[in-house]
Amino acid sequence: MSIKLEHLNYIYSPGTAFEKQALKDISLEISQGEFVGIIGHTGSGKSTLIQHFNGLIKATAGALYYNGENIYEEGYNMRELRSQVGLVFQYPEHQLFEADVLSDVCFGPKNQGLSQEECERRAKEALDLVGFPEKYYQQSPFELSGGQKRRAAIAGVLAMRPGVLVLDEPTAGLDPKGRDEILNQVEHLHKSTNMTVILVSHSMEDIARHVDRIIVMNRGEKMFDGRPKEVFAHYRELEEVGLAAPQVTYIMHALKARGLDVRTDATTVEEAAKEIIRSFHD
Amino acid sequence: MKMVQSEKLIFEYEKRDEEGNVIGMNRAIDGVDIDISEGDFVAILGHNGSGKSTLAKHMNAILVPSGGTMWVDGRDTKDPLELWNVRQSAGMVFQNPDNQIIGTVVEEDVGFGPENLGVPTDEIWKRVEDSLKSVGMLEYRSNSPNKLSGGQKQRVAIAGVLAMEPKCIVLDEPTAMLDPNGRKEVIRTVQELRRRKKVTVILITHYMEEVIDADHVYVMDNGHIVMHGNPREIFSRVEELKRYRLDVPQVTMLAEELRQNGLQLPSGILKTEELVEALCQLNWNT
Repeated sequence: MSIKLEHLNYIYSPGTAFEKQALKDISLEISQGEFVGIIGHTGSGKSTLIQHFNGLIKATAGALYYNGENIYEEGYNMRELRSQVGLVFQYPEHQLFEADVLSDVCFGPKNQGLSQEECERRAKEALDLVGFPEKYYQQSPFELSGGQKRRAAIAGVLAMRPGVLVLDEPTAGLDPKGRDEILNQVEHLHKSTNMTVILVSHSMEDIARHVDRIIVMNRGEKMFDGRPKEVFAHYRELEEVGLAAPQVTYIMHALKARGLDVRTDATTVEEAAKEIIRSFHD
Repeated sequence: MKMVQSEKLIFEYEKRDEEGNVIGMNRAIDGVDIDISEGDFVAILGHNGSGKSTLAKHMNAILVPSGGTMWVDGRDTKDPLELWNVRQSAGMVFQNPDNQIIGTVVEEDVGFGPENLGVPTDEIWKRVEDSLKSVGMLEYRSNSPNKLSGGQKQRVAIAGVLAMEPKCIVLDEPTAMLDPNGRKEVIRTVQELRRRKKVTVILITHYMEEVIDADHVYVMDNGHIVMHGNPREIFSRVEELKRYRLDVPQVTMLAEELRQNGLQLPSGILKTEELVEALCQLNWNT
């Protein structure tokens, strides 16, 4: 599995007064098994970008290859692509609709034309992957807690057994524990299945803790693309475009400025603690 | 002067089965006593479903108590004759800016509240101007709200509440849908209001960093107030907070981690500068 974008451009409402270039000349490649974070201010083009990944939006110019095949070529099987690249939208629980959780999660595989038995097998597997407790399978999805609803909604996408899972702000509105639980579960899922995961988030702390690579979007352009440490080293530039570095990165820079002999590239609490302790013991 | 006060507040709602028959009662708030003085900045924390939004909705009589009493600016919210006074005393700002903006032009949206209160036209314009100025959005007065960023929209929503000249603003997760800059904008605006206009602020949030400047913090769980204190007291109790599905700011977490590794740091560190200062002191002394 790989997704490759070549000089991708997207213009909203071309030729009208509302014309707006949402994506400008984006080239990037995401390989099998990567855990990629996408950050950017509101309106930077993140959501537009991820909707290209499964063909929901068609680029105005440029090409997108999935597993080496150009998805804009005539006769390309878009339906197959959409079950291969599973997109979980913001507040996905708003899309729950069935009478019980299990039926809701079965909806995707059912649409893929699978037998009832196979659908249920995949639904249970998906619910298990997101850590959804079995005792609630028959419950109405509307009676679940916020965190459980979101798990059920993510399972609905996983049940189609996608090769790529794209999550648009999966933790918005959840309490801190709920945020950690969902993200730890996604990380576990990534590790245990080697699924490619693409995470869009406004929380720099969450991004720093979980992903291997960060893509920064700004005004429709790709601004940075690199490992978290490399990207967050540009914290001043990130601030200028409405973003930030994790709080600990600022602490390390402040310590350095005050003359402490520390490296400044820590992006998580654990890394920062280790580095500060090292500097005190030296 | 008390702004918001509750005594043994209870809120129950009916639990129904699929046919709509009542099968029991759910108690979302169970005996809550709070006490918020005029001009205070109070934060309410709690996990999803802990009852904090339900409590907030009692502060401007969207909900009225099933038991006990809630007073807003000295008025009993259960009294139907006081309803409009209560709503004028306490304004609310919700999570999703797109659900609260109704005007097609920013200044029209902000003027909607006072117009509904029957404020004379000249006075409306004055209030619109003042409120937009206080949230730093005056230059956008003739813009269309849907061209604004999330943080800007939330500031317009706050201006809309301010234009009704409430004594108290209740913000229910106003930053949940915003990017880091939007979050900063909103929190900065709220702090400004409090400083300059002496408005009482009640902030409900899941972001621990946003409450470090509060005067008081209440923590809710299962419809009860389970912790109450200033931010320093609350955030020194890391284990307890985690039990309630909450967290501490990253800087507090780091200080805690360092302390457990033998560094002699004070407890309840909340800000970057405090930690940096404490570490530098330590460095000079060793």
